[in-house]
Amino acid sequence: MSRISTFKRGGVHPADKKFLAKDSPIERLPIPEELIVSMSQHLGAPATCLKKKGDTVVKGEKIGTAASFISAEVHSPVSGKVTDVRKVRLPSGVVADALVIKTDPEQPEMYTERFDWQNLSTQELLAQIKEMGIVGMGGATFPAHVKFSTGGKPVEALVINGVECEPYLTADYRSMMERAEDTLEGIMILAKILNPKKTIIGIEHNKPDAIAHLEEIIAKKGYPIEVYDLKMKYPQGDEKQLLVATIGKEIPSGKLPLDVGGVVCNIGTAYAVFEAIVLHKPLFERVMTVTGEAITTPKNILAPIGTKASELIAYCGGFNTEEVDKLVSGGPMMGFAFADEDTPTCKGSSGLLALKAEPLTKGVCVSCGKCVAHCPIGLMPNRMFRNITNANYQAAMDLGLMDCKECGCCAFICPAHLPLVQGFKLGKKLGRKKK
Amino acid sequence: MDIRKSMLYVFIALLPSALWGVFVFGLMALVVLVLSVAAAVATEYVLARITREDNTVNDLSAAVTGLLIGMNMPPHVPLYIPIIASIFAIIVVKWTFGGLGCNWMNPALGGRVFVFFSFTSAMSSFTLPRGAVDAASSATPLSAVKTLLSNGTAYTSASEMSGFSVLDAFIGNVPGCIGEVSALLLIAGGLFLIYTKVITWHIPVSFIGSFAVLTWLFSDLRCGQGFCIPMGDLLMALFSGGLMLGAFFMATDWVTTPTTPVGMIVFGIGCGFFTFLIRYFGSLPEGVSLAIILMNVATPTIERYIKPKKFGYVKPVKAPKEAKA
Repeated sequence: MSRISTFKRGGVHPADKKFLAKDSPIERLPIPEELIVSMSQHLGAPATCLKKKGDTVVKGEKIGTAASFISAEVHSPVSGKVTDVRKVRLPSGVVADALVIKTDPEQPEMYTERFDWQNLSTQELLAQIKEMGIVGMGGATFPAHVKFSTGGKPVEALVINGVECEPYLTADYRSMMERAEDTLEGIMILAKILNPKKTIIGIEHNKPDAIAHLEEIIAKKGYPIEVYDLKMKYPQGDEKQLLVATIGKEIPSGKLPLDVGGVVCNIGTAYAVFEAIVLHKPLFERVMTVTGEAITTPKNILAPIGTKASELIAYCGGFNTEEVDKLVSGGPMMGFAFADEDTPTCKGSSGLLALKAEPLTKGVCVSCGKCVAHCPIGLMPNRMFRNITNANYQAAMDLGLMDCKECGCCAFICPAHLPLVQGFKLGKKLGRKKK
Repeated sequence: MDIRKSMLYVFIALLPSALWGVFVFGLMALVVLVLSVAAAVATEYVLARITREDNTVNDLSAAVTGLLIGMNMPPHVPLYIPIIASIFAIIVVKWTFGGLGCNWMNPALGGRVFVFFSFTSAMSSFTLPRGAVDAASSATPLSAVKTLLSNGTAYTSASEMSGFSVLDAFIGNVPGCIGEVSALLLIAGGLFLIYTKVITWHIPVSFIGSFAVLTWLFSDLRCGQGFCIPMGDLLMALFSGGLMLGAFFMATDWVTTPTTPVGMIVFGIGCGFFTFLIRYFGSLPEGVSLAIILMNVATPTIERYIKPKKFGYVKPVKAPKEAKA
């Protein structure tokens, strides 16, 4: 069952660029010699570090524990020795504590046994999800056990996000093609926890084979899941836009998806839930797309968290040009540019892009109004940016600055190529301080 | 899409109508156009050098302003007038307020209105299309009708009174400013701009639409010094004067118009309303330039009060009034 639907307001159509990596099957990265595992792998308070310099760690051992309600556990991806505890700067700009782990040459074979979950209660399932450190894999890394604790509120629809609307990224797509059965089992586990009236998987129209493949397996297993074929438009994969496209509800400002009866979950998180419940495996590795015009052989790689960007780039044949302009963690629209090639990956790192330079002529705002027309939230980026440039942060906040999701549609379409999203990030910080 | 490319598209969209003006009015029209563009671009270049800004000539906005000024000139206007208009537009209307993006009035219109009121008779002398060797002067359809009415002639039809048919006005076989006569080519240029997403449909449609509705509603009524047109002459009213040029190319200028769809429609309706008022109640035959400038002045207010409806907007529930003790 599928039909094409989408959100109505705003959105842009960047070039897809998925051809670079989409036919590359998932490859497991050979375990690097050194991993830098940060304690801040999730939204909320960084985990409290449980190890110190000189300790040995075992693969799958907990090395960081949740520091508050909104926090998550962190586990070691490898067996090895902690050689250092130091600060690391993550691509988002956050500076966090991290364990530098020297990996043992021999790694144990683990997590091959499958456990039954049909008889577990919701509490037990949620506790296991928390214990295994599951966070949202779409990039936001919200602790999953917190999101799935609905507190008794009814769930109209569980919407699984297989949209992957960011250009270049193909990790979720490959996961759907190669790990469909396990992912679907993970979705059924979530359905057991949340008890939704409907379970929907949303997939963008540019992945017809994924849609067909999932529908085939759903039919075979008889799962009560519907696959929705969604029109290609960025940011279709944002939870607000996804809920409009699937259940037709708009989340008001300041509210959560659950307030309109929806729970949105990335398809990679569903697979991580499968691993946690069925294999009792913590979240310490993930599929990421290493791609971009400046990478010799773009690939989809299954890599442990804490892998340095340089390792991934080397595994893909290195750069194919001298003029690499940007390294981006995540997608080109909302990802973070970083400069240090030894920056480690995290649970939320869906991609690593190496991009070539493209000349852009910067200009001034000419009030063309394209940003207003394309903003999916209905804000006025031109007025907000003007206020922020003039240090009028309160005026920008009054225009709804906090509702800005930093999706980048306005900056993408701006003919003057103004740094709108950067301005809004700054404005949010300073606007909040002024209170 | 960047600013330069958008300006280039506007320039291209204006060219057919500008070249038609040269075709029907003679080579002097070409001289006027070239001088207007050159004066505007030269002024921009000099100002950029003096103030040490980056070379803003490259973004083509001065060239577009120059072309629009040229297209708003009568074909045989004394050559110092378009030059003065261009220089005024660039220095006073655009740069004194901060350059591109900072002006509150359409520069081409500002320049045009400045020279119109400074050199009114030169700016009101028009020639017949494809004029003879000695270009005989003639009045535009609008001014012809207005003059006859103010002389006491009874109103018959705009075509009969002016001597031009609706088809003449549509194709551009009427006297007028160089670039405003061919409604056909202007509409084509406007549609090109909408197709390439340089402008949206909101302002042209609401401008022309509101003007048409008002003209149609008040037809068959005599009003003041002006005249109202019987329903059959609605097309004549739409194709005459600077309405098409104004609605598609001047009222859609990015910098001086609102950025929200509803704001744009309010702007367009305001322009149509004021054009109607000035044409039919005012002493001037043409109202488009002043109407647009009036609405430019209103744009900041429109921007402040008309906002898009936010995603997931929930109407705030009014708290019940407390009972007074």
